[in-house]
Amino acid sequence: MTSLLASGLTDFLRAAVEPQVQVDAIGIGAIYALMAVGIGLVFGVLRLVNFAYGQLVMAGAFALAFASDRDWPVGVGILLCFAVVIALSLAMERVVFRPLRTQSAATMLVATFAVAFLLQAIALLIDQRDDTLGEPAASLAKLNLPWTIFGTDVRKITVVAIVSAAVCLVGLVLFLGRTTVGLQMRAAAMDFQTARLLGVRANRVIGSAVLLSGVLAGVVAVMLTVQQPLVTSTFALRETIVVLAGVVVGGMNRLASATLGGFAIGYASGLLGGALPTEQSQYLPSFLFGLVILTLLVRPGGLFTRGRGPVERV
Amino acid sequence: MRQLRTILPVLAPVVLVALTAIVGSFFERSTEIYFINALVAVAIVVALYVFVGNSGVLSFGHISFVAVGAWTAGVLSVPVEEKPATMPYLFGFLADTAVGNVPSLLLASLVGGVFALVAGLPLMRLSGLAAGIATFAVLEITNNVLRYYEKLGPGLNVFSSVPETTDMQQAAIGAVVAIAIAFAYQVSRFGRQLRAARDDAPAARAVGISVYRQRLLAFALSGALAGFAGGLYVHYLPINVDAVYLDLTFITLAMLVIGGMTSLWGAVVGALAVSGLDSLLAEAENGAVGVDLPSGSRIVVVGALMALVLILRPSGITGGRELRLFRVTRPRPVKESEA
Repeated sequence: MTSLLASGLTDFLRAAVEPQVQVDAIGIGAIYALMAVGIGLVFGVLRLVNFAYGQLVMAGAFALAFASDRDWPVGVGILLCFAVVIALSLAMERVVFRPLRTQSAATMLVATFAVAFLLQAIALLIDQRDDTLGEPAASLAKLNLPWTIFGTDVRKITVVAIVSAAVCLVGLVLFLGRTTVGLQMRAAAMDFQTARLLGVRANRVIGSAVLLSGVLAGVVAVMLTVQQPLVTSTFALRETIVVLAGVVVGGMNRLASATLGGFAIGYASGLLGGALPTEQSQYLPSFLFGLVILTLLVRPGGLFTRGRGPVERV
Repeated sequence: MRQLRTILPVLAPVVLVALTAIVGSFFERSTEIYFINALVAVAIVVALYVFVGNSGVLSFGHISFVAVGAWTAGVLSVPVEEKPATMPYLFGFLADTAVGNVPSLLLASLVGGVFALVAGLPLMRLSGLAAGIATFAVLEITNNVLRYYEKLGPGLNVFSSVPETTDMQQAAIGAVVAIAIAFAYQVSRFGRQLRAARDDAPAARAVGISVYRQRLLAFALSGALAGFAGGLYVHYLPINVDAVYLDLTFITLAMLVIGGMTSLWGAVVGALAVSGLDSLLAEAENGAVGVDLPSGSRIVVVGALMALVLILRPSGITGGRELRLFRVTRPRPVKESEA
């Protein structure tokens, strides 16, 4: 039994260090990291876990499919995608998040469930107009073709994903570090009440966070659509769930740890997907979420956070 | 009068369930199933309430206990000679055993409770978001294993040839049993300790309450009730693994929060209100209620109404309180600024 386990582990490790598996895992990690930033930004200022984030991405993907269906140029499709996602994101904040801002975390979370439900049902209605499952978004598909470098297939989208994740993250760091709104957002994330007392406008800070997370959802929508050109109503649902787990595992309280958590879970699921033997790969979610539970038990405050969380005392 | 006030929190939900069952039994079978469905939903939401409502910790994992209960009751109550047809890879002892309706429900609660206890041993050390995500991880793992491990059940296929013993009467009795147990628990010393810990954990610790132990107890008990509800579910519909997964998780949590998370009355009202609305709209989609809804628009309306209720009444329809006949007016607490 032990030797069987050991040999299984060696096989797994041998497969996991293959450049192909590594490249794919990093590509997934990059996209998940972007989603993690989008979720983490909103959590920072609103203390709200936005379960409907995946449906924003899904709406963007539908926009891309719409444009591709009408043979519009790729650039127009991407613009439309961003417009839809950002508008939806701002509308969601205005209609649902803002009235519930002072409510308990459970109420806010369930409200985002309701929004997610609603958007998914609308998407299903749109999808069902023709009697085929899913809307194709083929115009971007050529980005999914590989370059072969030293015998490793690197799909163009992987490079695009890694580069745009890096660009977005650097841009975000500059924005948060160098601009007034960025400073206010960090202050609000640390202590919303005190920030307000010092003259930070709540609506402006929250609006910026929601706007930024909408932009990121747009980027993610483009990249996921390249990889999965058939857009259905459950598009990005799976990814959102995994990223949410990753964000909590990484540590929600700081944006950096949340982002690292998102990357880590993407990377881990890429590795498991690439390196698990075929007869076990159907149990990938079990392995992944088993890791999530283990990590949470060892470091409940977050894998990438320093020190212990504050302990409330009487 | 005083006694009425003490038992009203259990009497009111029971009366409501009984009324639902009585009204439902006047309809023919095609409409009756909506009522049975609502009663099964009551059982699931009450099970969820026992943990979430009393502890204040959100659990996304309870549907895994429903699933495990459904699998237990389903696999064990298919007649032995029909098992090879739908579940050819079962473990020997599962393939050779078949039990009746009531034993299968009891076994479903036992397995659900033991599973929750084992899962809770490590998980109940966590709190807040970490606890939420960890319970979600339990749901993912359970679903993944039940989906592909065909030695335990039908895998991806539906449970066919499970005796459909959950009729209106059994669903109502099941819901009442769940309500009675939930009530007995919440007025017991354990329930009160957990509610104290929910409202002020540090203060509860200071008077010697082990938050971990109380949460674990509630988790196991509510796991057992969830397993029982899963047994009711599989005896009423030929379900498959997707019926006890994300959608059911979200809709049951939504029922609890919409009804009012912190009261038994809220759990029952929420379950009945949301199922009632859903059924009404399903009938409307079929063109039966006068207004004609396009097919598939039901969930759009349910989602929108759910969001609306939360925006207008964030603490739920019942405000998270048990039903009271007379509104007790308490002196308002003096605010610090006024003192």
